[in-house]
Amino acid sequence: MAVAIEVRDISKQFRLYNEKHTSLKERVIHGGKMPFTPFWALRDVNVDINQGETFGILGRNGCGKSTLLKCIAGIIKPTSGEIRVRGSLAAMLELGAGFQPDLSGRDNIFLNGSLLGLSRAEIEKRFDDIVAFAELEAFIDNQVKFYSSGMYVRLGFAVAVNVEPDVLLVDEVLAVGDAAFQRKCLDHVKKFQREGRTIVVVSHGSDAIRQNCGRAMVMNHGQVITVDDPGEAIRVYMADLLGVGTMEGSESGGVEGNVLAIGTVQAEHGGSGARVHMYPGESLTVTADVDSLAAVPKAMATIAIHDDKNELVFASDPDDPACEMEIPAGGGIVRFFFPEVPLLDGTYSVSVGVRSDTDTAIFDWKDQVTRFEVANPGRATGRVRLPVDVSFRLRSASHSGEVPAVGAGLFPPLAGWEENAS
Amino acid sequence: MSLSVDEPASAEPERTSTIGGSTRFVPGQSNDQITVVNGKVQLGQRLRDLWINRELLGLLTRSELKVKYKNSVLGYLWSMLNPALVLAIYYFVFKIINGRNGQPNFAIWLFAGLLVYNLFNAAAMGATSVVVGKAGIVKKVAFPRELLALSVVGVAMVMFAIQVGVLVLAMLLFGLAPDWTFVAVLPLSLVALIVFTGALSIFLSAINVYLRDTQHLTEVLLMAWFWGTPIVYSFGLVSSHLANKPGLLWLKYLYLCNPLTPIVMTFQRAIYGVSQFTNTTVTPHTITHVLPSWGVGTYAELNGVVLAASIVLFLLALVVFGRLEGNFAEEL
Repeated sequence: MAVAIEVRDISKQFRLYNEKHTSLKERVIHGGKMPFTPFWALRDVNVDINQGETFGILGRNGCGKSTLLKCIAGIIKPTSGEIRVRGSLAAMLELGAGFQPDLSGRDNIFLNGSLLGLSRAEIEKRFDDIVAFAELEAFIDNQVKFYSSGMYVRLGFAVAVNVEPDVLLVDEVLAVGDAAFQRKCLDHVKKFQREGRTIVVVSHGSDAIRQNCGRAMVMNHGQVITVDDPGEAIRVYMADLLGVGTMEGSESGGVEGNVLAIGTVQAEHGGSGARVHMYPGESLTVTADVDSLAAVPKAMATIAIHDDKNELVFASDPDDPACEMEIPAGGGIVRFFFPEVPLLDGTYSVSVGVRSDTDTAIFDWKDQVTRFEVANPGRATGRVRLPVDVSFRLRSASHSGEVPAVGAGLFPPLAGWEENAS
Repeated sequence: MSLSVDEPASAEPERTSTIGGSTRFVPGQSNDQITVVNGKVQLGQRLRDLWINRELLGLLTRSELKVKYKNSVLGYLWSMLNPALVLAIYYFVFKIINGRNGQPNFAIWLFAGLLVYNLFNAAAMGATSVVVGKAGIVKKVAFPRELLALSVVGVAMVMFAIQVGVLVLAMLLFGLAPDWTFVAVLPLSLVALIVFTGALSIFLSAINVYLRDTQHLTEVLLMAWFWGTPIVYSFGLVSSHLANKPGLLWLKYLYLCNPLTPIVMTFQRAIYGVSQFTNTTVTPHTITHVLPSWGVGTYAELNGVVLAASIVLFLLALVVFGRLEGNFAEEL
């Protein structure tokens, strides 16, 4: 496969000035000296992006991903190294970046299109498409400064995608406009993919990358960590960069002098041993070592799972009789077994507690004491993987005239319900 | 994997454009266009990109003009009115003040020089702040940024054309005719002026990104430049002063090093039409030489020299701009 973008040994140094003198006067006063700390935004980056590929770049803020994109776009020059881009290129770093507020939408389409490399004749040919795509027919001769922010970005996106470049660089701008417009944007991206155009997407969110990209690169501190399948790249991104593993500084509660204390808590999943992360749908076992000074005839063990945004995903029913157990003096091991964890990507933390059955005494609880990580090799996104059965059948003939056209989907077609009711 | 290996054998050589750090699209060219981004400044490529993007230059200039006049009712008419008023004021003021000097049609003389200076001044002033002012585009879109500076020159050229219109009307009104032999040199003179102004504009627009007080410095320097150019006074006055001071002859050459001087003189010679006048307000009548009595060939030669020097300066400005351009996005 031909290479669309060849990045060779690209390094980019920024100078972080302690005190920046932006005028000649200041420079003269300070004798022309400006102490600075060199900062390598990119360091020996090498990557080949193939033609027709949708390539994701993942990384935290300040990892150099946007700098790399700007280098590829030619907006900034690398300090060393070389990038070769095959074919025409358009960069969507900020929608409507080249807009002049005082000009009309019409004038801005021509100006922005020209900035993106289109000739006047080409813009004229695509003008109607652009206006229709942006849904701005009624406002196209108004000055852009009177546009709403939604109209503004819609116009920006419409111009950028209608440039129809061989290589499209996108910097986290897909989340613009209302839901309908977002869908249209995604459709357009899909169309680009089908047409064999190369797309490079930069993001610090993993869902867009997982859904759209064929390969992804993880960057940190200006260096390439890995280039792999999106699923694996996202796993590396989360594991290496967000820091998964044992928790530090977890809170623990419980009353001093309690008869019962929770010791080490461990989470093991179906793939433990083979890999750090688990796949959606695998089993999960959480074991808690419990020390007990005296026998507790009726103890209730509870477990809670939080996601990486500290949102509660699941907490066990505290009154579930299945949670009740007898703990002898000396203690033992409490085991929670989830036969199937349908969670999708993320790092989840586990909290474990033991309390008396009357809820009056909490013997001990460990808040977010351990973590487990789910990496999703598939393309589903969201929080949970719900089992879904999709099927298709023809409408029955007698109803075909009245029934609204409902395709196969997540929800049972209305027609079916009516049929059952009658 | 090397690109040349993947390339299907083609009769046409691979079009490779190595750009001083910028990816530029070549409209209408197919997939085999390869753009190289690196830290080097390639002068030839920069020139080619300017040529390829000439349509963009036109658009940028037009948008500037539109923004400038969109909100005023009189629009372009207003921009004609302004130089017309200036001309009228000069006419009356110098009729009174300059009466004793006795230079006839002094307003026309002055306006001929001002034409040149106004173009130069407007472009240099505007261009100095244009890259900083358009930070939004510069930081987010890749295109030859020199075009921003050149678009300001374009706007100044439109203003120039409007002023020429006013001047032509005034000359028709006064029943004055230019010296057509010298008018033939004006296109050369104008090209030299535009290239020189373009070079300076490109240079200043890049410098101002790094030294933001260039703007104020430019203002002062341009004022000095105005008085260092024979616009209000005549070149004849300068040379007559320096003629009898052989020790100061170098000053004359220094004075002639100002590229605007030959251009302004050509405009004056062509539009004002004469190189000397007879002062009839004093007795005995005196003859004043406002311009040297050079032939049209000498004027053309001088302008040619200015044009050649301006082209060199223009290329130099492009190199400097290319060097500095790489960090614009960071500095803005």
